[in-house]
Amino acid sequence: MNRIRTAPPRYWLVALTLVFFLGFPTVISSFLASEWTQALILAIAIMGLNILVGYSGQLSLGHGAFMALGAYVSAILAHRYKMDYLVTVPIAAVFTGGVGFLFGIPALRLSPLYLALATFALAVVTPSLIKRPAGLTGGVQGILVLQPDPPDFAREAFAFVTGTAMTSDQWIYYITLLLAVVLFWLAWNLVRHRPGRAMRAIRDGEVAAAASGVNVAGYKTLAFGISAFYGGTAGSLFALSTGFISPDTFPVSLSIQLLVGAVVGGLASIPGPLLGAIFAFFLPIGSNQWVPSQTWLPDQITSTVKNAGPAVSYGVVLILIMMFAPNGIVGLLRSGYVILNRRLRGASDPKTGQMPPDPQTV
Amino acid sequence: MALLEVRELSVRFGGVVALDRVSFDVDAGQVVALIGPNGAGKTTLFNVITRVYRPSGGTVLVSGRSVQTIRSHHVIRHGLARTFQNVALFRSMTVLDNVLVGDHTQTRSGWLQASVPLPGAVAAESASRKRALEMIDFVGLGAHAERPVATLPFGFQKRVELARALVSKPRLLLLDEPAGGISHEEVDAMARLLRRVHTDLDVTMLLVEHHMAFVMGICDRVVVLDFGKKIAEGSPAEVQRNPAVIEAYLGAA
Ligand SMILES: Nc1ncnc2c1ncn2[C@@H]1O[C@H](COP(=O)(O)OP(=O)(O)O)[C@@H](O)[C@H]1O
Ligand SMILES: [Mg+2]
Repeated sequence: MNRIRTAPPRYWLVALTLVFFLGFPTVISSFLASEWTQALILAIAIMGLNILVGYSGQLSLGHGAFMALGAYVSAILAHRYKMDYLVTVPIAAVFTGGVGFLFGIPALRLSPLYLALATFALAVVTPSLIKRPAGLTGGVQGILVLQPDPPDFAREAFAFVTGTAMTSDQWIYYITLLLAVVLFWLAWNLVRHRPGRAMRAIRDGEVAAAASGVNVAGYKTLAFGISAFYGGTAGSLFALSTGFISPDTFPVSLSIQLLVGAVVGGLASIPGPLLGAIFAFFLPIGSNQWVPSQTWLPDQITSTVKNAGPAVSYGVVLILIMMFAPNGIVGLLRSGYVILNRRLRGASDPKTGQMPPDPQTV
Repeated sequence: MALLEVRELSVRFGGVVALDRVSFDVDAGQVVALIGPNGAGKTTLFNVITRVYRPSGGTVLVSGRSVQTIRSHHVIRHGLARTFQNVALFRSMTVLDNVLVGDHTQTRSGWLQASVPLPGAVAAESASRKRALEMIDFVGLGAHAERPVATLPFGFQKRVELARALVSKPRLLLLDEPAGGISHEEVDAMARLLRRVHTDLDVTMLLVEHHMAFVMGICDRVVVLDFGKKIAEGSPAEVQRNPAVIEAYLGAA
């Protein structure tokens, strides 16, 4: 009991979040559940990007390409080779991770600006790259993905709780949730242990990291590999949840959406990608509905938002975040918590701690 | 065989000759100072030893092995740790995490073991933590282990850097101006701390310093550089009497 009471607040938050995501589909429609599935998929991809950008300090503007790769590997294996879709997910993840690792090797030679340009170029050419081998990828026609029926145990459990039958969308939601939880847990372990510290050290200073024995090139390519592994998993699940993929499923704006989510949620944090994904997924949907309905807004703004779609709202929010919350939503919440905690308990400010004693006296 | 042998070492940056056929040894157990006016090439020498720069000529041998054959991130595995003139800490991280990075080579757990995390990785992590906290205590920052380094005053940051270097259990420690930019009292405390590093931890040191009193207090031998050339070498007292050294310092002043 005492242990529960003294558990750090983040354990409470993790438990609450889990309960929320487990229970949510039982009170919302099947359609809404599939929207939340996509938000969770985005969260997985953004976590991958976060490991690359937030922890290892390498910018990627083209992470949608890794999602595309994962999606097509799964879809092709399931469609042409009749493999069970759930078996294809880890295959797609590992394959994409391997490709990401290889991509990370030439990336070592690029300055940050050129790396940004190279990854952006990758995102731009992805749709046409997919169209080319039409025999394999179905070209512009795309590939249909059969959505699996929920197995009996899931069907019965769901019926027991809600009294209604579980749909495929709801089943896919739970598969995605399980993978998201596992992948977030793995990432959390990674970043708070030796490899994660090595990546952050590289981000903060390569010379000092190497002088401490960190293999800079090795960890940078590793970060690319892990990051692509997450992207591939997300892509594979994305194909499953939409039931159809085509070159247009992976436009440049997907890569931008991932980066916006990573920055808005808070780089180099574990809850950041989840918050960022929810935000990046629902903001364009929300603003596209909300803005046109506001009669007080000038027509110009309304029509711009309608025509340019998510780009405008992303731009506005990015600027606001960079101005007022450089550490994203997570940074904002953390400083809010610190202030609240100090008010409530009179806890000491870490910045005005005791000076250390003279080393001689220690 | 000396622990560190610098042989006819030259470094050129375009037209600038930063080091010009410099030779000297550091024997195990010694504390050697490297002094010289600004721009004499002291930091450049450190950067060659730790494989940041490539020499234009000559060699550096560590326990008889050429550093040129060692990859930059393996230098520390050969017992060479360093600090930086302007402090190169990992600024977004806490004191403890900085020192834990210094412990990187003492454990092996890779990304798979850490992610799952396997029992071996967990045990290695807690052993690592213990070593890091001990070293943080040793430099007198025990109360500040969880603070972000960026919030610490400069003098403390220098001690964090020292702890980060020491936790790797080096045989030779390269210190670039350990007393640079800190207050008088802190200079004395740093001198006492370094003496303990030498006696208690048994670490050989090569240190760059301007502070003559500091150098006299802790060093066995002094090597003097001026415009990339070695102009004197000897005991602190000998070097202080050397006319060429006096000339170089007065000329620079
Ligand atoms: N990376 C570099 N590129 C060009 N010149 C450099 C570089 N590093 C050092 N130098 C030059 O080499 C000389 C020696 O510098 P340095 O080793 O930093 O001197 P010290 O540490 O003794 O003050 C200076 O003239 C400096 O300008
Ligand atoms: Mg210098």
